Amino acid sequence: MLEEDAVSLHEAPTRQMNMIEAINDALDVMMGHDPDVVVLGEDVGYFGGVFRATAGLQKKYGKNRVFDSPINECGIIGAAVGMAAYGLRPVPEIQFADYIYPGLDQLISEAARMRYRSAGQFTSPLTVRSPFGGGIFGGQTHSQSPEALFTHVAGLKTVIPSTPHDAKGLLIAAIEDNDPVIFFEPKRIYNGPFDGNYDSPSKTWKSHSGGKVPEGYYSIPLGKARTVREGSAMTVLVYGTMVHVAEAVLAQKGVDAEIIDLRTLVPLDIDAVEKSVEKTGKCLVIHEATKTSGFGAELVSLVQERCFYHLEAPIERVTGFDTPYPHSLEWAYFPGPVRIGEAVDRLMKD
Amino acid sequence: MAEGPVRSGKPRGNLPPLEFYVPEPRYRPGDVVDYSHLEIPEAGTARRPDEACEANETWPLTTDLIRVLDENDQAVGPWDPKLDPETLRGMLRTMALTRAFDDRMYRGQRQGKTSFYMKSTGEEAISVACAFALADDDMVFPSYRQQGILISRGYPLVEMINQIYSNRADRLKGRQLPIMYSAKDYGFFTISGNLATQFPQAVGWSMASAIKGDTRIATSFIGEGSSAEGDFHAAMTFAAVYNAPVVLNVVNNQWAISSFSGFAGSERTTFAARANGYGIAGLRVDGNDALAVYAAMDWAANRARANKGPTLIEHFTYRAEGHSTSDDPSAYRSAREAEEWPLGDPVMRLKNHLIGLGEWSDEQHAEMDKALAEEVRTATKEAEKNGILGHGLHHPFHTMFEDVFEDLPWNLREQADQAISERRTKFPEWKE
Repeated sequence: MLEEDAVSLHEAPTRQMNMIEAINDALDVMMGHDPDVVVLGEDVGYFGGVFRATAGLQKKYGKNRVFDSPINECGIIGAAVGMAAYGLRPVPEIQFADYIYPGLDQLISEAARMRYRSAGQFTSPLTVRSPFGGGIFGGQTHSQSPEALFTHVAGLKTVIPSTPHDAKGLLIAAIEDNDPVIFFEPKRIYNGPFDGNYDSPSKTWKSHSGGKVPEGYYSIPLGKARTVREGSAMTVLVYGTMVHVAEAVLAQKGVDAEIIDLRTLVPLDIDAVEKSVEKTGKCLVIHEATKTSGFGAELVSLVQERCFYHLEAPIERVTGFDTPYPHSLEWAYFPGPVRIGEAVDRLMKD
Repeated sequence: MAEGPVRSGKPRGNLPPLEFYVPEPRYRPGDVVDYSHLEIPEAGTARRPDEACEANETWPLTTDLIRVLDENDQAVGPWDPKLDPETLRGMLRTMALTRAFDDRMYRGQRQGKTSFYMKSTGEEAISVACAFALADDDMVFPSYRQQGILISRGYPLVEMINQIYSNRADRLKGRQLPIMYSAKDYGFFTISGNLATQFPQAVGWSMASAIKGDTRIATSFIGEGSSAEGDFHAAMTFAAVYNAPVVLNVVNNQWAISSFSGFAGSERTTFAARANGYGIAGLRVDGNDALAVYAAMDWAANRARANKGPTLIEHFTYRAEGHSTSDDPSAYRSAREAEEWPLGDPVMRLKNHLIGLGEWSDEQHAEMDKALAEEVRTATKEAEKNGILGHGLHHPFHTMFEDVFEDLPWNLREQADQAISERRTKFPEWKE
């Protein structure tokens, strides 16, 4: 598992960071490291982004490398595809994942297929960063989790970190990757981990091991899951904000679960999934996105195909409901501790 | 790039390297603001062509600025809509009410009564005067800063506040972000949180109205920033192709969150100037001059009603406050900009105009402001009886699952039961 630790955590001094600072640091490191890395998007320049992820970068690297864009996601991604064709490594920001849809043609029909259709003459090494997910009273246009739209596209990689440490290492790997990467940032945990109890005070990253971020360059390979916690009672497959919610629920229930933070959905660390399910014999899949045709369906199917004879109980799937993300009933929508707890109980009964 | 094109040996010449250009606003925080570069033509000088004119006859008006109120706030020139004092007072009152409403709702958000708010300070003339110039059943496809239209059409403030609080009485069932109103019975289309999508929709609505031989027209509003979206181009193309009875408005308030209008192309030409390229009539109007806004919308609406085609109107104004409650404008622009905006305050200009006519006074104005503040306060109290965001009095849980489809499918029925059972687990005493 934790191979990257060998080259990073033990050598480099670490600094306490929240996820925004870690992302900012990753961009800073990569811009310093590679003059071809450029950042563009709405409000990313002087202002530093509505979530401050690009703060200070324009000042440091100049307007040729960090610049505001028109409000046109098709243009942002289309221009990034063109810059990438030239040989740059663009890191476009889409202000909210909910705004990405006007850019889908450029992502799905163009970036994802560039290498294939030109037989490798042209590639699209771009990393599209975008905050996603709910829990901030953003209503239906600032809360969605559209990852399954992208995992369904051949040629796109989809990455979702759950800690500042991983966000930095994965973003660096994504930028270095020669294929297009969708990098979804769970905005609910930008400032601290979230255990799903919306009515308790929010936490910061200060007391969380994932908030210790190595200084300088390090990367976490795409396609490698992280074992959050080893255990034998069940395997929990989870990513993003829900990693922390799952961890809290299982700890509170005293279940010896093995929690696997997938970190990248495509490419998926299938070995980690198989090894764990074969060991525990039970599997719980959790995501915040709507249920029908969600990434959970893919996970359940893979586990069924590859681990069927090791399973001791039906696979459980906990997700958001199949509705748009409501504003006032946000917490009734969110797959919180009660919904997860019930699934855990069902699995433990078998 | 490692490998470039194969070189044929044909020389490019001894040219200097290319330069990358990124627009930069004139003023940043702390800067002294000087608006002397802005060309502000004198009021009354713009020609008023016939409403049925060829689209390209409007070309001079797309770079000019239609202004009716002069520096003494007197109405001059061919665009003076010559409104009666009663109508003028009605517009003034509605603009002031919109401002009073914004102030109260902004404070409510700061007090934690809701998650989000967006003011329209400085832009009240655009919504209100357009609404006054339109028929009440003309269809409006608004962006998020046209609350003045709803208020002009007499939509109850209490209903607006219920929506802002996402409370039990919210007609939109607490589903939408605050201020994303929808009021079909007031000809006000459901506001989207995604930008510019309403522009082609307004064109489509007006095409349908023409298909059916209706007499109603459609109008839509977007900010200059979102005119960069592809939807703008789609709307203009369809409007031109089908000679659609639609009035398309670009509210150029200079700022899209932290991005100044240059990121939508304002350094090269005006937004109104785009119209003629599509074969559409274009007008550029002083957005802080209620009479000019009224006159422009009236001209365009008459043109559309007479089957003479669509118009693009640029309303030149200034966003006097932040984009929303989520940003701090002092982090990206000079605070002096709002103070020194050369086109003044739309409420004050109309007020002074009425005073000049002998139809209004400072005393009456002060009294009106007091009464409006009280009206908003009363509506707020009334709405608060239905709850504020996050304090229990939201819609029944089942409503979350309704309207996804016309009929509730099996999976949503199961999930609705699940949501209610989860609630009972968390709060055993809970009753819907």
